[in-house]
Amino acid sequence: MQPIVISTEKLTKQFGDFTAVSQITFDVQAGEIFGFLGANGAGKTTAMKMLCGLLIPTSGKATVAGFNVFTQTEQIKRNIGYMSQKFSLYEDLTVLENIRFYGGIYGMRTRDINSKSLDLIKRLNMHEVKDKLVESLPLGWKQKLAFSVAVFHEPKIVFLDEPTGGVDPVTRRQFWDLIYEAANRGITIFVTTHYMDEAEYCNRISMMVDGEIMALDSPSNLKKQFNSKTMDDVFYKLARNAKRGD
Amino acid sequence: MRQLIIFVKKEFLHVFRDWKAMLLLIGMPVAQILLFGFALTNEISNAEIVICDLSKDEATQRIIEKFDASKTFIVRNSITNINQVDEAFKDGKTKLVIVFPPNFNYDLQHQKRAQIQIVADASDPNTATTLTNFASQIIMSYQKELLNNQSIPFEITTDMQMVYNPDLKGSTNFVPGVMALVLLLVCVLMTSVSIVKEKELGTMEILLVSPMNPLLVILSKAIPYLVLSIVNLIIILLLSVFMLDLPIKGSLILLFAESILLIITALSIGLMISNITASQQTAMLIALAGMMLPTLLFSGFMFPIENMPVALQVISNIVPSKWYYIIVKNIMIKGLGFTAIWKETLILLGMTLFFLTVSLKKFKTRLS
Repeated sequence: MQPIVISTEKLTKQFGDFTAVSQITFDVQAGEIFGFLGANGAGKTTAMKMLCGLLIPTSGKATVAGFNVFTQTEQIKRNIGYMSQKFSLYEDLTVLENIRFYGGIYGMRTRDINSKSLDLIKRLNMHEVKDKLVESLPLGWKQKLAFSVAVFHEPKIVFLDEPTGGVDPVTRRQFWDLIYEAANRGITIFVTTHYMDEAEYCNRISMMVDGEIMALDSPSNLKKQFNSKTMDDVFYKLARNAKRGD
Repeated sequence: MRQLIIFVKKEFLHVFRDWKAMLLLIGMPVAQILLFGFALTNEISNAEIVICDLSKDEATQRIIEKFDASKTFIVRNSITNINQVDEAFKDGKTKLVIVFPPNFNYDLQHQKRAQIQIVADASDPNTATTLTNFASQIIMSYQKELLNNQSIPFEITTDMQMVYNPDLKGSTNFVPGVMALVLLLVCVLMTSVSIVKEKELGTMEILLVSPMNPLLVILSKAIPYLVLSIVNLIIILLLSVFMLDLPIKGSLILLFAESILLIITALSIGLMISNITASQQTAMLIALAGMMLPTLLFSGFMFPIENMPVALQVISNIVPSKWYYIIVKNIMIKGLGFTAIWKETLILLGMTLFFLTVSLKKFKTRLS
């Protein structure tokens, strides 16, 4: 049994009368790939913002990397990485400059940044392009780089917000290789996605509908539970009764 | 602190990578100084005048020579009949007709007084006023010569002096104006655009999730433009001193201190704009319409505020560039010290604090 790195209990966020996230309770273990699924408007982003320390919850309890989301958001930020569906690299900076910049804002020491960035560039096979502007790289490379930058400071948990939006299946597959690699190093992966084939790659997934978690288990157990052959079907059975959407 | 340095370094990289924009930012003040200095100048030179000399004596000859020698006037034509005055204006080129009555010198010598009539084309009233003033000045100077040479008593002289701008130079007005315009444009436009750009690209999210203090993010965005504005300021001042012969009479340190105050005002306005907009285009439009127009209209460097309707005069008070313009004019041209401009400085400072509080407050609420 791995230690727990994310733990929530009846975590709730209200905006005025609107309850965006309603009493969600779940635990994520260290090194786990945790899929966070739900239709548009189900409250995924709000839940994720609370876990990243960007939003203070209305009620409930939660800890991320052992820190309280109500009071210790600064410590949380230091221990997580984040990557969103937009690639979040600076297109007018070079590969190396991007890596150094992100290492720098996470407070890494210059010596560590220098040695680790060379190491990373070797691992990504980007030696030839390390001084090229990011805008000149192919999409798949940018995405790999963005992910590597998000885990550059060795966070305990990395949050991926629809990281593979608009990318072809082959590139997506390669991207997941990187995710597995990071998970093997002990980094916990918290990922939202719309692609059901990606959901299959996760150790466990949760399904959010209208701000609540309606199901939470491994992909194979979920398929059994809902008597479905594919994750698509599971998702459809759960989400079709949703009242919210956009 | 190390984070701040790393971030500022990255911001400078952004600025230098976009060399076209940088060229524009540095080129803009130069172009404006050149344009206002030489093309759009409201300084009058070579105004064509027509002489109607009905006396043709030693004194009138001397005065006509004086007109001809001045840079402001060119004697274009002479007419011999007073009835031709109307005709002389018809081609639109003649700005003034100077009429010397018969027996001019005789009256001057014997009655101790003589009259010259100046007829001006007042279709452009500003030019007409300026030119008649200038013409009477030339006549006065002749009168003074007479006084010195022949010491004729009881000569009446009208004292017409143009204070601070004896040569009627236009640059005294527009250099402070261009300074206000350039500083506001660069700072407001560039900060708001560069912050909104991070929002648009999604990198702002990453920065907010990082342990970096959001205020530090904003601060480091502002620093490159602060530096760039100071470079611009130096360029403008060098051009105005060495090319337009407009010396800086007051304290240079005071001038820079006040300019940095305006830059901070502009940066906080830029920050405010970036809070309320989501796209670079909107930010650019608001910055241009919200800064360029009021600065041109209400700072007083193109249109005198005293001539505006009361409502517009009241509105002009909320335009920061108006106060900066007054400050710079007082320091640069009149050579006055801080005691003369503390009120304007206080107003500008108040505005800065206001914009800064509002935008930082909005920035914080947007985060939570």
